[in-house]
Amino acid sequence: MSRALVLHLAVLAALLAAGLMLPSYHTTNLARILVLATFATGYNLAFGYTGLLSLGHAMFFAAGMYAAGLPAWHWGWSAAPALLLGTAAGGAMALAAGLLALRTAGVSFMIVTLMFAQAFALTLLYFNSWTGGDEGFVIPATARNLFGLSLSADTPRFVIAWAMFAIGLLAALALVRSRFGRVMVALRENEERARMLGINPFAAKLRVLVISGFYAGAAGAAYALLFGYAGASFAGTQYSILPMLYVLLGGAGTVLGGVLGAGLMFYLTEVASSLTDAWMFVIGAVLVGLVLFAPKGILGWLRGKFWRGLP
Amino acid sequence: MSLLSARSLTRHFGGLKAVDGVDFDLEPGEIHALIGPNGAGKTTFVSLLSGRIPVQSGTITLGGEVITRLPAHARVRRGLAYTFQITSVFPGLSVFDNVALAVQGGTRTARNLPAAVDAALARVGMAGMAAEMAGTLSYGHQRLLEVAMGLALAPRVLILDEPTQGLAAGEIEGFKTLVRSLLPQVSVLLIEHNMEVVMDLATRITVLNFGQVLARGTPAEIRADRAVQEAYLGA
Repeated sequence: MSRALVLHLAVLAALLAAGLMLPSYHTTNLARILVLATFATGYNLAFGYTGLLSLGHAMFFAAGMYAAGLPAWHWGWSAAPALLLGTAAGGAMALAAGLLALRTAGVSFMIVTLMFAQAFALTLLYFNSWTGGDEGFVIPATARNLFGLSLSADTPRFVIAWAMFAIGLLAALALVRSRFGRVMVALRENEERARMLGINPFAAKLRVLVISGFYAGAAGAAYALLFGYAGASFAGTQYSILPMLYVLLGGAGTVLGGVLGAGLMFYLTEVASSLTDAWMFVIGAVLVGLVLFAPKGILGWLRGKFWRGLP
Repeated sequence: MSLLSARSLTRHFGGLKAVDGVDFDLEPGEIHALIGPNGAGKTTFVSLLSGRIPVQSGTITLGGEVITRLPAHARVRRGLAYTFQITSVFPGLSVFDNVALAVQGGTRTARNLPAAVDAALARVGMAGMAAEMAGTLSYGHQRLLEVAMGLALAPRVLILDEPTQGLAAGEIEGFKTLVRSLLPQVSVLLIEHNMEVVMDLATRITVLNFGQVLARGTPAEIRADRAVQEAYLGA
């Protein structure tokens, strides 16, 4: 077993232990962090590894949330099929958006993905009789049950979130260390050169975006089912920016960057907002410091200093 | 039948006739040099062949198959490899990863990636350097890595764009031996400013001037050609 795999398994074990042993307040926090970390880990595959700076990932997250939540609300679906449909919806949304948006690159790609996400958010509001509009809707209790575990109880909720994150993390690790992972990095570093090595950039980037969409869709679906609520605010720009911030803080192009960033940002917000009303100022100062002193994020900095092979 | 051929290949940029109705044939197992004064259209011409610039009119065939409209990466998969004039390895990746990318994207998908990478590196005399970061290599080694990546694609045709530029005299000798060793499995299209290298390596030479073919022939014929001397060799 390689050092990298040992590290990632150790992190997963530590997270599981923390969730099971810490007071229930932290167990709930950790469940939320791990769902957001799943989202960020998928975002990192597109942004950190492949260089696709998307500002529209909220639409994949929300697609998963509504594809899981709406059938549960309207037709009484149970959690397992809702979760699967949500994951598929994230990927399908990414495929549709990618087919169009990937004709552009760089700043244009950012703008096009942002616009698509805005259009999707407005669509959710427009069909408010069906989606609940900006009030959203509460997921019925009957749907919040997976394999006999009640998703509204602290520990089962955490375990489900942890299991989803663990699958996502190990899959991401396998992906970035595969042959295709090498192609992803090549596209980030120099797309034109990659093309002259027989790589089809459009097809490869579309594939990454769809994989990233699956992560976002699964996270969105899990968020709805675990925390019992779906709303249009999750389709807003904020939820496209959040995974980017997590990844920038934890380390773009590192497998563990998403979870580290999500965890730190979550608790930083907690601590800062308990101390001052100007907690956003504190977060802003931390991000400025990050950009100035560790532009590659915490794990990116560690990789540069101590462990070049860190995936 | 020629391996790679172009008929009436044309590309104008506004009023500039960068490539203007060029016919060209690369025969199997030859080293064909493309020379001409600066701005003669050499790089544009090979960019058309490799698909980096779309063709305006004319046709290109590779092994009998028309590839005029194929995107660049599809041409690489069919065995038409291009090595860059300005060294453009991936500086942030290891030597291994650089070559592995080429192996993956080439005409043969290798089961055993490390073995294929080692073979390509050994071919250019860089065995044992796989773990180094490409960006930290000396310029000469980066040139060789670029060639190793071209070879790792397992091409039928290798287009070398100014391969000896910036190499020391000693390195050039080794490079000539390397290019000769590629034949006959690989046919080479060589763009080169160094006339000694051209005269020494090429089996045939095509001279471009103002986007058109000025002359074509063996090195001896080109040396004796009056038009070439006037346009290019500055006699």
